[in-house]
Amino acid sequence: MLATQAGLPLVPKPYHALAAELGMSAAEVQRRLAKMLESGLIRRIGAVPNHYALGYTANGMSVWDVADDRVDALGERVGALAFVTHCYRRPRQLPAWRYNLFAMVHGAHRAEVEAQVGRIAALLGADSRAHEVLYSTRILKKTGLRLAG
Amino acid sequence: MAELLDATDRRIVNALQGGFPLCDEPFRSVAEPLGLSESELLARLRAMLAQGVLSRFGPMFQVERLGGAHLLAALAVAEADFERVAALVNSLPEVAHNYRREHALNMWFVLATETPAAIAVAVAELERLTGLAVHAFPKEREYFVEMRLQA
Repeated sequence: MLATQAGLPLVPKPYHALAAELGMSAAEVQRRLAKMLESGLIRRIGAVPNHYALGYTANGMSVWDVADDRVDALGERVGALAFVTHCYRRPRQLPAWRYNLFAMVHGAHRAEVEAQVGRIAALLGADSRAHEVLYSTRILKKTGLRLAG
Repeated sequence: MAELLDATDRRIVNALQGGFPLCDEPFRSVAEPLGLSESELLARLRAMLAQGVLSRFGPMFQVERLGGAHLLAALAVAEADFERVAALVNSLPEVAHNYRREHALNMWFVLATETPAAIAVAVAELERLTGLAVHAFPKEREYFVEMRLQA
């Protein structure tokens, strides 16, 4: 895992390169990666694009107040929308914060994000008792994942 | 920056956001259906990494499964004090991401630590440093998402 933290070596035989570094066979590296994919420890292997570089500069955290006994069924449906990149249930903090469903939406500009939020609103219908969109206006800090050895 | 990508780059980004094969020559096997040579694909991936179009290429780990702990948290910071508080929050190595958002809760950040206990310590430290209440939004459930962006 640590060997791949910075990414796969961009060489014709990347698993062989890792294997040489780790002192095991390439077949063993592939077998272990396959096992981690299967267990869900690895979500996927491939290109991880930078949202901003792809032109997705509008980033809205849409937050929704839906009934607790409906949130899981609805959350699955919201998460399945192609433009939603993260979707979570989180606790309310009454009275200051009434929202329990969070869906992250990205677009080239705010109008696009608003149209997507409109589609979530349509999907939720009367199940949405209130919602807001919190746009990010500045990245204050962003560091990569660091795994402890 | 999106205009840095030509049509071939876009096809590469769209095609390779998952499912990278576990075989001896994986770049060769994905290059072929894209109509590229292995060396051209590797050169384009290197260039996109160098430009920051890709943040990385490789396995994407589900961090919670590694035993680490994460917390989304927010602060309501007075405008006049925003820069000072941002610097304090960012000074903690446990703060992985921090975004300014338009809301009364105007600073949203993610704490990442090796253990759940360390999250509580970091929250207490942030409250001590800033004198503000940290609003914690732990993930109770994650709904499935495709997580693929169209380039």
